Order: sequence, then structure tokens, then C-alpha cells
Amino acid sequence: MQTFNYHRPSSVADAVAALKAAEEGKLLGGGQSLIPVLKLDMAAPTDVISLADIAELKEIKQEGDTLVVGAAATHADVSASDVVRGHTPALAELAGAIGDPQVRHRGTLGGSVAHAAPAADYPAALIGLKATVQTDRRTIAADDFFQGLFETALEEDELIVAVHFPKAERSAYAKLASPASKYAVVGVMVAKHADGVRVAVTGASPRVFRVEAMEAALNASFAPEALDGITVDSEPLNSDLDGTAAYRAHMVGVMARRAVASASAVSG
Amino acid sequence: MGDQGIGARVLRKEDKRFLTGKGRYTDDLKLPDMTHAVIVRSPLAHARIASLDVSEAAAAPGVVAVLTGKDMADDGVGGLPCGWFIANKDGSPMNEPPHPPLAADKVRHVGDQVAVVVAETKAQAKAAAAMVEVEYDELDAVVTADQALADGAALVHDEAPGNVVYDWEIGDKAATEEAFAKAAHTVSIDLVNQRLIPNAMEPRAYVGHYNPTEDNYTLYTTSQNPHLIRLLLSAFVMQIPEHKLRVVAPDVGGGFGSKIFHYAEEVIVTWASKKIGRPVKWTAERSESFMSDAHGRDHVSHAELALDADHHFIGLRVATKANLGAYLSTFSTSVPTYLYATLLAGCYKTPAIYAEVKSFFSNTVPVDAYRGAGRPEAAYLLERLVEKAAHELGVDRLELRRKNFIPAESFPYQTPVALAYDVGEYHATLEKALEAIEYAGYAQRRQASEAKGKLRGIGFSTFVEACGIAPSALAGAIGARAGLYESATVRVHPTGSVTVFTGTHSHGQGHETTFAQIVSDRLGVPIENVTIDHGDSANSSFGMGTYGSRSLAVGGSAIANALDKVVEKGRKIAAHLMEASVDDVDFEGGNYKVKGTDKETPFGAVAFTAYVPHNYPIEELEPGLEESAFYDPKNFTYPAGAHACEVEVDPETGQVEVVAIAAADDVGVIINPMIVEGQMHGGLAQGIGQALLERAVYDERGQLMTGSYMFYTMPRAADLPMFRVGNHVSACTHNPLGAKGVGEVGAIGVPPAVINAVVDALRPLGVTDIEMPATPSRVWQAIQDAKTANAAE
Repeated sequence: MQTFNYHRPSSVADAVAALKAAEEGKLLGGGQSLIPVLKLDMAAPTDVISLADIAELKEIKQEGDTLVVGAAATHADVSASDVVRGHTPALAELAGAIGDPQVRHRGTLGGSVAHAAPAADYPAALIGLKATVQTDRRTIAADDFFQGLFETALEEDELIVAVHFPKAERSAYAKLASPASKYAVVGVMVAKHADGVRVAVTGASPRVFRVEAMEAALNASFAPEALDGITVDSEPLNSDLDGTAAYRAHMVGVMARRAVASASAVSG
Repeated sequence: MGDQGIGARVLRKEDKRFLTGKGRYTDDLKLPDMTHAVIVRSPLAHARIASLDVSEAAAAPGVVAVLTGKDMADDGVGGLPCGWFIANKDGSPMNEPPHPPLAADKVRHVGDQVAVVVAETKAQAKAAAAMVEVEYDELDAVVTADQALADGAALVHDEAPGNVVYDWEIGDKAATEEAFAKAAHTVSIDLVNQRLIPNAMEPRAYVGHYNPTEDNYTLYTTSQNPHLIRLLLSAFVMQIPEHKLRVVAPDVGGGFGSKIFHYAEEVIVTWASKKIGRPVKWTAERSESFMSDAHGRDHVSHAELALDADHHFIGLRVATKANLGAYLSTFSTSVPTYLYATLLAGCYKTPAIYAEVKSFFSNTVPVDAYRGAGRPEAAYLLERLVEKAAHELGVDRLELRRKNFIPAESFPYQTPVALAYDVGEYHATLEKALEAIEYAGYAQRRQASEAKGKLRGIGFSTFVEACGIAPSALAGAIGARAGLYESATVRVHPTGSVTVFTGTHSHGQGHETTFAQIVSDRLGVPIENVTIDHGDSANSSFGMGTYGSRSLAVGGSAIANALDKVVEKGRKIAAHLMEASVDDVDFEGGNYKVKGTDKETPFGAVAFTAYVPHNYPIEELEPGLEESAFYDPKNFTYPAGAHACEVEVDPETGQVEVVAIAAADDVGVIINPMIVEGQMHGGLAQGIGQALLERAVYDERGQLMTGSYMFYTMPRAADLPMFRVGNHVSACTHNPLGAKGVGEVGAIGVPPAVINAVVDALRPLGVTDIEMPATPSRVWQAIQDAKTANAAE
């Protein structure tokens, strides 16, 4: 690890100021991706700006029908939050199945979303649940936020403040985790909104994607059987030690059916 | 002190320091003026070093020295020796090319050592290491048996044509051919026993300290066998007189075999310390552990079993290709030969066995002994083959095993592959395992699984292994370049407390407790009054160290023998004190007693008299109470057992859940049941890891694809069921403790039980085989392939 200047601002404005002033600045959430990268010397920022002291980033609250989760809320916070469980239990379930307990107590929503790892769980939640990302300067629809492998719509000096989740009628997340990393080999968020169903898939390809054929079928009938016979093209999917593209394509169907089944079993 | 003696479930004495973070590990060591080393490692699997420029690194801040293979060769430092000679089928010697601690002209695996940077801090050394400029001419790499043994394959060593280390055989080929010629049935199987990465919790670490005024060296090392390291480093590699080299292995955080071997970095820090006149520390980063700790297993085998019309096994024929990696690690050559093929009789009375093993070099990390070392490979092969035979013949797999077991009354039993088992009760362990897994209720559990859409399977394995390595004369006859006895010194202090010096080494096994229990049992002193001293060549007699589940059977036996000598000397002192004849003095419960009288003298009083010999038979007896023993075992010990496993498979995802494991093992006489259970738990975890989770994967260019925990699946608690472990004791017949060894049974017995269970679960779908590890995608693929095959029929 190379040496760097370490900052611990106590407000969003100070964090953004530090980021702008840095020659090459990096924001530090829970450090679950950044710290390994630094240790391996795969990045050498001049300045690391910790978000740990910014209280407002940790808030989890409901505003009207919208759930607002602060960017620095840890996965464990989200998993344990009564506010989250009351609004969107699927999000709490998803957060509670990220990584392992150590990861969940350090890793944050904002960190995961900003990093945009291809097998992270949260991107499926943001797309499936039609979330918006609130930054220090604007709001970005999740649909526009994830642009590719580790690529987002964020500007160089932009900071995620919170993620806003509207209330879906029903939702559930089903995941096949990698035995080694616990990242999603395939993770599927299914959410039934007033204006239609969303099926968002993470882990299977370089970026989170929606399966329109499944959404159409579920709009007609929100039941696992509605997905029978619908296949996903394996061609653009990942092949690695955790499985071939064909395996992943099949698992998208399995996980989607399981998500629909559990979404049908609970409301919200 | 019966509550602390042999058989007592006492808490571990060493756990206070381990559980409170007060262990004293090599990396904790801070010597005055100490420097830090970082190794420059090859990023390529196979390449010639075209040029090596260290000038920029040498000028970097804090750098004390940058040293290369050429510097080492110029100083006359030798290569790392291989400790076990194997002859080819034709009697010619194995290929044994040099193993330089720092590569001179060529790198042979990713992670091979190219240079060492020594600096004031580790960060400075690491920064400078990135400035060492190496130009490589990349060569074709060979990774697998097919690649390495192909005609015209790139040569890892010019000295080893065809990349062959040796082509070896054991058993009676003609008799085996004859058995197959007259067989009523034959069954064959092709198996891969995949490469594993040991992953001890503590990475390897070394501190070399040369003292110029005394011209002597100290090496602190994460070693399972410090005395052996001293012998190899002093006599073979650096030509240091042995009395000028002290080797200390302090607390060591796990080994599983990977810390047996003499590693390049031990040489590097010792040599570098003399070069710069300051202590040098090196500690592996985890990613270095993945690419430089010796790996385990990596066999490809074809096996055939011949049976007569009554389903008796009459012949076994095995051909194995064993990948030994880029260099011959210390005991690598013995693992696929004498630690593997000699176990191919298993628990069965197969009269004719023939095995041939071709070991080869490849551009991968060297492979050597890893928990079980050869015996898991043998057990896996046999037990997969036996279950397959039962299925193909349509007979009960347990009945087939029972029919072929060596009966308890047939011992001692000479196998056709060199070993002579002293004792075994294989029917008893099998029945115990069946009871523990509640086999009678299995059909019902299977139905319950089916009702929720899961496939349930049950699998079994039985095994025998050879531990307590080894009778030195036998070991020498089969190629070992060392004796394999163990030493002990029992020093009774004037007040009756005891320090035991042992040549074995504890790195998680709990020797400080188990050995103290033997002392307590023999002398009647509480274990709190016993210290077990191990790991420092300056203290203990020369010992061979800890591996192959030998510490209790061999090292403990040496302690028992030394204790017997202490008791005998004490008897003479006590007889003098009580004015009795020596023959009339008994020793029991910590007291010397005169037969038929109420006269007695406690052990403590005898010890005191030995050191304050005012009233003492000084004409006949030396003062003091300290005895040593070297114990050379008469035979191997043969722990055995039966394991049963139940799995539930999710047919949609291919996920396998181990829902029950039962292990009934015969490890001989048990000193501490809690420690034995702990050893079994750990072994089972590693065995399940091999069956379902772990594998080292290289790509075709020799890049390690599983070089971190992102990709290499270590078993976690959540991957494991509650273990049902039990023991059946048949005492070892030839050592003073009756102990056999428990360190490896779990890792040996359980992989075939798990895989047999997975195959059993999938059999209704038409699946007949699955490779380890049975990952979800592999299981799913096997199901798809079976569906395709069924559809085609």
C-alpha cells in the first residue's frame, strides 16, 4: 500500500471539497473493495476521504412512501432496520445476505453502488425497485446510473448521499452465491410495481440487466409458473470458475421463479 | 491424578495464550537492528531471465541490499535437497534437478523467487521490489499431466527428459494380471484428486540472525520440524557447522503439512543476514502463500478392480500420474509412492495389487504432503471404486465391503503392497458409523427430502492409513534420507515439577496438554506442574518433528520411555530412603511404596533427594533426575475408520448441502478425548472442503486462477453440519502408549463418503460420476449431461 493523505470530514460539503482539492482522491465507505485494491497496489490515490464521521449519511428513514437509505448505512444496518423491513423487506433480506458478517458490518450501500461491481447485490435492488440515487448535486435514476463494469454516471468529484426506494407492491430477491466470495453468481430482484413488474439480474453479466420477457409474462400473471419456458440468452453472460454462461442463464430462470414465489408469499 | 491422566478430557494448557492473543509467533519477533525482506517473484510460469537490473531498487530509500540468484551462487549456497529417493521401475534413480533458492537463469512457476530486497522497513522493501527490472523470455508452460507428458512438451528442467520425475511401481504385476484374467467381473474408474492449497492461518515467516562475533546463526521459522530444518540448512544447503546454527520454531499457527518442508525463504533470510550483518525478517503475504506454499494432492488415476463370482476382490490395478510441480519439495517424492500406493489394500484382503505411478514436473507450485499425504488419494480411489463395483454388480455396498474386509482375527496382516497391519477392527467401526448416521431411518429421510424437491443421498467410506512414520530401517530401505525416530528428555526439577523436551512440534495439536497428561499419568504430578518444551534446537535433542500423525505414537512413546527410566531411577532412590530392596518398591499414584507395608515416599521427595543427595546411594547412583529416550517405532501405526455422509442436492441449482456426517475412527488409545474430537472436526472440515469446495486452478499459461479467497473456497462453519464423531479403540500393539494417531483421519476418510453420497443422490437421474469439488455448476452440468444421455437412449 502506498502512502496517502487521510481525511475524515464531518459533512458532505467538506467531503466534496476534499475530493475536489485532491490530486487523485478516493472516497472511503466501508472499504470492502477499496482497501484490498490499495493493499494490492492496484490503486494509489493521493488522498483517501473517509465518510465514517458524516452522521447524515448513515440515516435510514421513510419520507412519505419513499424509503431513504443513507449512503454510509452498512449492510448490517439495512438488514436490521425496522424502517427497511416495514417498507421493503426484500431489501433487508438482500442486505442480510451480502458477503459475510464482517463484510456486512463494514460495507455500505453507497460504497457498493458507487463501486458497481458486476456481482454485487445492491445494483439488482436499485434497478428492480426503481430507486433513485441522490448525490451531493443531483438525483440520478438507477436506470441511468449503472453504465458498465465498475462504471457509473457519477462524476469524478461526486458523492452519493442516499438512495431513494419507492414502495413496490411486492418484491423479493433470490441469489445463488459464489461459494468462495459470496458474491452473486446470479441474483434476481423481482418487484411488482403499480405500473409493472421488474426483473433485475446481477452477477450474470458485466452489468446489471432486466429481463423483459419475464417482466411481460409476470405482468400477465405474477406467479412462478408464468416464467416456465422463458429462457435467457447465454451468449452475453459470464463464464468463470463459478459456472458457465449456460449455467448462469439457467440460474436466472431458477432464481427468478424463486423470487416470484417468495414475493407472492409476502406483501410489500 | 487420574482426572488428568490418559483418557482425561482436560482443557488445553496452551489455549490461554492462544485465546488471549498472547501467542509468540515468528512475525511477532522484533530483534534490534532488524531489517525486512521482500521477495521479487516471477509473474510468469516459465521463462528465461534475459536480464535482471537491480540498480534502481538498490538506490531506493531505505534499501540495505538487493540480492539475486547469482549472488547466492557466488557465495556457494547450494540448492534445496529432496529428502526421499525413489527408484524407477528399472532401478535407475529418479530425476533430481537442482532447486536453487533464488532462480539463476530460469523461472519455473508463477511465484518462483527471483531476487530479494532487504530494507529498513517492509514498505520500503516492497516499494523497491517493484523497481527490480526483470526481462523475461517467456517459454511454453506445462500445467497438466497431459501437457507435461506429451511428446515434445516444453521441459521444466533440461535434466528431466519428458518432464518425468520417476516411473515407479509396487506390487506383483504378474499375479495381478492373472487375477484379472480369471476375474468374473471387473470394474474400472477414472479419477482426479484435485490440487489443493493448504492455507494455514499463519502465513510462513522467517527471521535470520547472523552473529558475527560468534560466527553463528539463528533461524526463527514457522516450521513443523525445526531440527530437520537445521540439518538440511546447515549440512546440505549452506555448509554451516550444525553447532553454529540454532533453529527455533516458536508458536506456529497451523501447518497441515505445508510447514514441514525446507523452503527457499529460510535459506534467503539466513544467508542475507550474514551478507548484511543484521537480522532479516520475511513474512509471506497471503497472496504469496497461495503461490509459494507447497500445494497438495494433484493426482490423475485409472483403477480397475477384479472380483470373482462371489464378489471377492481378487485383484486391483492402478495407474496414477502425480504432478509434483516445478521442483522437488522436501518429501514430495514419497507422497504419491510410499504414502499412497502402499495403502491401496485399504481395509480389504485383496490378494494381488499392482500400482504404477508416474510423477512429473510442471510449471506450477511444488506439491508435497498435505493433511493425509497420499492416504486420502488412496482412500478416495478405493472407496469410489468399491461403491461403483457394488452399483454395477447390483449388490449392497456395505455387504460388499463387509465381505472383503480383513477380519479382526487375521491380524497381523501382511498386505500385498509392503505394509503389515498390526491390528484393525473394521467391522466394528463400520457398524458404529452406521449407528451414528442412523442408517435405519435413512429411507424415511430420503422421502422427506423428495417431498420438498431435494435429492437425498448417502455415501460411505472405510479406510486404513499408515501413521507414526516410521521404523528408520524400513524408511531407509524405501528411500528416506533420514531416520524417523523421535527423542524426548524428561527433566524432573528438585521440587518435583517436570519439564519435557520433545523433538516434535506443536502447531495447533495441543501437545503441551496431551504430553503433560502422559507425564501426569506416569508420575502422578498434576499437569499444571509440567511444561512441554518444543521447537528450539538449542534445548531439545535432535527430533524429526511433527507430521503424518506421528507426534503421539512416536514422540509420545519416546516421552513414555524416558518417563519409565525416571520411574526406575526414582525406585532406586526410594528404596534407599525406605531402606527396602528395589524389587520390593512399587510406584503407584505418585508414591513409591514398599510392598506389604505402609511405608511410602512421594515422588516429590524422591526428586528432592536426587538433587539434594545428603542421604543417597551415591556410590551406586548418580544424583539428579533427568532421563532421555530415543524411540524408533517397530512398525507404522494403522488408524482406520468408517465415515458416512448424507447430502441433499438441489437439482435446480446443483447446490449440495452436507446434512449429516458420521465418523467412527479407531485411532488407538486416546489420551485426551476432547483434543481427539477437535482433530477429527478439523480433518472433516478439510475433507469436506476437498469434496465440495476447494481446488487450485491454473490456466493453460500456468497462471494461478485461484490465488485468493475470492476464488479459492475455504470451508466456513456454515458449510459444515454438526459432526457426529465416535471412536472404537483397538490399541496399537507395538508402542508403549497403544496410540495410533488422529491428525489426518478426517481428511482421509470423508471425501469419498461425501462424493459417494452425491453420486447416490444423483443416481436416479442417471449420473454415475462427479469430480471433486462437487461445485453447484458441476453438479448441475452432470445432471444436464445425464438428461442428454438419457434422451439419446
